[in-house]
Amino acid sequence: MMKKILAKGYLWLLLALLYSPILIIMIFSFTEAKVLGNWTGFSTKLYSSLFSGGMHHSLMNAIWNTFVIALLAATISTALGSIAAIGIFNLRSKARAVMNFTNNIPIMNPDIITGVSLFLLFVSFGISQGFTTVVLAHIAFCTPYVVLSVMPRLRKMNPNIYEAALDLGATPFQALRKVILPEILPGMISGFILAFTLSIDDFAVTIFTIGNEGLETLSTYIYADARKGGLTPELRPLSTIIFVTVLVLLIVINKRAEKQQKE
Amino acid sequence: MQQSTYIIEVQNVSKYFGEKVALDNINLNVKKGEFVTILGPSGCGKTTLLRLIAGFQTASEGEIRIAGNEITQTPPHLRPVNTVFQKYALFPHLNVFDNIAFGLKLKKTPKQVIEKKVKSALKMVGMTDYEDRNVDSLSGGQQQRVAIARAIVNEPEVLLLDEPLAALDLKMRKDMQMELKEMHQKLGITFVYVTHDQEEALTLSDTIVVMSEGKIQQIGTPMDIYNEPINSFVADFIGESNILNGTMIKDEVVRFAGHEFECVDKGFGENAPVDVVIRPEDIYIFDPSDAAQLTGTVSSCIFKGVHFEMLVQTKEGYELMVQDYHAFEAGREVGLLVKPFDIHVMKKERTCNTFEGKMIDEQHVEFLGCEFECLPQTQFSAGDKVEVQIDFQNVILEDNEEDGRLTGEVKFILYKGNHYHLTVFTDWDEDIYVDTNDVWDDGDRVGITIAPEHIRLNKL
Amino acid sequence: MRRRNWSLPYALFLLVFVVIPLLLIVLYAFTDEEGAFTMSNFRKFLMHPEAMNTFIYSIGIAIITTIVCLLLGYPAAYILSQKHYNTSKTMVVLFILPMWVNILIRTLATVALFDFLQLPLGEGALVFGMVYNFLPFMIYPIYNTLQKMDQSLIEAAQDLGANPLKVFSKVILPLSSPGVISGIVMVFMPTVSTFAIAELLTMNNIKLFGTTVQENIYNGMWNYGAALSLIMLLLIGIMSLFTNDEDNAQNESGGVI
Repeated sequence: MMKKILAKGYLWLLLALLYSPILIIMIFSFTEAKVLGNWTGFSTKLYSSLFSGGMHHSLMNAIWNTFVIALLAATISTALGSIAAIGIFNLRSKARAVMNFTNNIPIMNPDIITGVSLFLLFVSFGISQGFTTVVLAHIAFCTPYVVLSVMPRLRKMNPNIYEAALDLGATPFQALRKVILPEILPGMISGFILAFTLSIDDFAVTIFTIGNEGLETLSTYIYADARKGGLTPELRPLSTIIFVTVLVLLIVINKRAEKQQKE
Repeated sequence: MQQSTYIIEVQNVSKYFGEKVALDNINLNVKKGEFVTILGPSGCGKTTLLRLIAGFQTASEGEIRIAGNEITQTPPHLRPVNTVFQKYALFPHLNVFDNIAFGLKLKKTPKQVIEKKVKSALKMVGMTDYEDRNVDSLSGGQQQRVAIARAIVNEPEVLLLDEPLAALDLKMRKDMQMELKEMHQKLGITFVYVTHDQEEALTLSDTIVVMSEGKIQQIGTPMDIYNEPINSFVADFIGESNILNGTMIKDEVVRFAGHEFECVDKGFGENAPVDVVIRPEDIYIFDPSDAAQLTGTVSSCIFKGVHFEMLVQTKEGYELMVQDYHAFEAGREVGLLVKPFDIHVMKKERTCNTFEGKMIDEQHVEFLGCEFECLPQTQFSAGDKVEVQIDFQNVILEDNEEDGRLTGEVKFILYKGNHYHLTVFTDWDEDIYVDTNDVWDDGDRVGITIAPEHIRLNKL
Repeated sequence: MRRRNWSLPYALFLLVFVVIPLLLIVLYAFTDEEGAFTMSNFRKFLMHPEAMNTFIYSIGIAIITTIVCLLLGYPAAYILSQKHYNTSKTMVVLFILPMWVNILIRTLATVALFDFLQLPLGEGALVFGMVYNFLPFMIYPIYNTLQKMDQSLIEAAQDLGANPLKVFSKVILPLSSPGVISGIVMVFMPTVSTFAIAELLTMNNIKLFGTTVQENIYNGMWNYGAALSLIMLLLIGIMSLFTNDEDNAQNESGGVI
């Protein structure tokens, strides 16, 4: 019993440590002070000024860009990765090993290496950097994760169901759409979510591929802001919103998965 | 302290998992050097009993003693027993030698002694020269042998085996059975063996413990269990058998399948309802003649390798399974005969369903967590506790769960020659017994209805 | 169309966006601005004490971070994986959750915490921030291997006479080593390669190797920057030799959701 309390206590202590920085930000998102740490009374002004736009037009722009890039990159990655997974799954073992190995490179590579290498790719082929290059770069590091999410579903799938569909008179395309697709859909969905969050969170690859045409994502905006010597106060409510959204989303997904498992 | 002749004594042991009763008041004594098999279908509590003896779980109630020492709460590493696990549980990070030496090293045995003992254990299981092999590179049977060597090298007083052969193929299983039996004789230690395979139990054991639903049904030698099953569950579980409803007319005369038979059982009283068990190989089958006690038509005949297995429909409408070295093709008229000592008579555990209930009003009674309509009566007033009785054949099962007042799951099916006797586990966690001519499967979900006129109410 | 051909578009994509860019790093590293072969980029690194020192310092910080993460993370992963502690899956998610929040926001939150507690920003803040950022990467793979461990192995050890301490040291710890190794790799690699994080945590007082790379690329010294990247890549290549890459990739991505 004592051991149990100690063990739980340790976990909670560690969690407190992990969450204390975020908690500070959340608390100080409800006050107006420019400098974090000064409490000038409760206020939701930072929240309203975050959404009212106007003077923080560039921040709203950065958020919008981040979102559009993530949506595009995740969608294309999911399509490309799912098709690739089916292809790789059907390859002969040698070719499959090569593909799997190459697929793992962007995952194993530190972000900065991926960033530098893509930067060199774009500059050496004289491609001007901007929106398109960021999306391409994001697809490059997101697709491997989609492949890895879809692959286990293919492995788990009964290899005969595709043939069974053909045997029952389905054309190859119909068999794919009606049998294979439903089987790998959960993998595609989790691949999409993974790609989307990876893209939103990315900083290292983006900064190397975004160019200097004035395009900003949330990460580069925060970075530039922080280098100028201080966090724009409106980032506090924004961080709070992002954090709470992710928290709620993950807990809901997990509770649902737990419930499904029980059934 | 008095010296006990038993190596393992299990006294009044029960184990609960939350609400669920896994073991219900188990009493079991095992003699030193015995080969005891705990036999039962999955979920009967046999593995739980083994785990209580090994110490991986602790009993909710009762006492376990090994070699006279009370060890009910002792952690497993301090018990003088070793276990062979169902899926081997070999340590994947250690090679064969280190797996076997694991227990000896923990006891700080000198190196040379360890080496000697591991070698002889490997020899015992026929795996000489495998010391340096990676356990993942071994076949299932080889892993099994290493697992046995790892346990016996510690020279335990008792070796516990949890379905050790379940994962092997048939041929391998037969070979290993013989080797286990030899090993038991050579080592001279007590084996407690858990299995769901009745044939394995009959082959290996000195004593068989048949379990069902957390209770011990019967303890005896393989011969006893096979020839004198104590109830219809044991009879059905061990070997093939014909189980029929019967009536004990008087001592040594029993009536079943529409005829009176001479038998050797007595002491049941007069006109007592009984279960009658006849093994299919104990029925003589021949062309119709005066010697026949029963006559009928063969409905199917299947070659089983050594013998033929035939189903015979008697004139009175009973179906009997018969095994014989001669084939009687389907459609042929035959006569049947059973010798008195081959008729096994068992007291019926119950003759009807009995529940405790409560009156709601004159026309409604509540039992099994549901309200049922009953015939109007004046004997009881609302709120009275009553005994509810329902005959087996008056319980109606419905395909559609919604059609029944009560729902449940078919748990155990017994064919009684001309009808099925089902045990249905209701969602109220009590069993209800049903006689029916309809075919149901194990695990079927059913709705249960009972007509008002079939509910008998008695004073409690 | 044969379904194995479906891997072709992606194969082409990988070639253009993964293989060729990596080859370009090698190409740039061994050439000068005119494109002629040269070793001068590497010579410059070896001769330049500042870059060299940053490199070694970064490795030092990464090692310290990894050790702290291991010491804090293993017990947490162990407790989370043990059924009798009755920790819920949600608890596991809570530990992984910070991974899903933008690393810059996390870092700035750490800065805010230190400001709030009026602690000085410096080496302490740097290690705290790194541990804070990467601890989930240590906990998750260890938790994964511990959780998948066959319970009967632990019972077998007990059965053979091992007390709880021995069960841990002889069975649980060695069997969890794959998780520990991938945890070490997954913490060490991002720590040694971060940029921008260290500056924010130390008021621009401490620079790590990643920043050196980034600054050189930013300032147009592509060849030198590529050489530095290649050095980092080499370090990471050596590191990842310790681990089975396929297992790792699956640990990393699988089952978070």
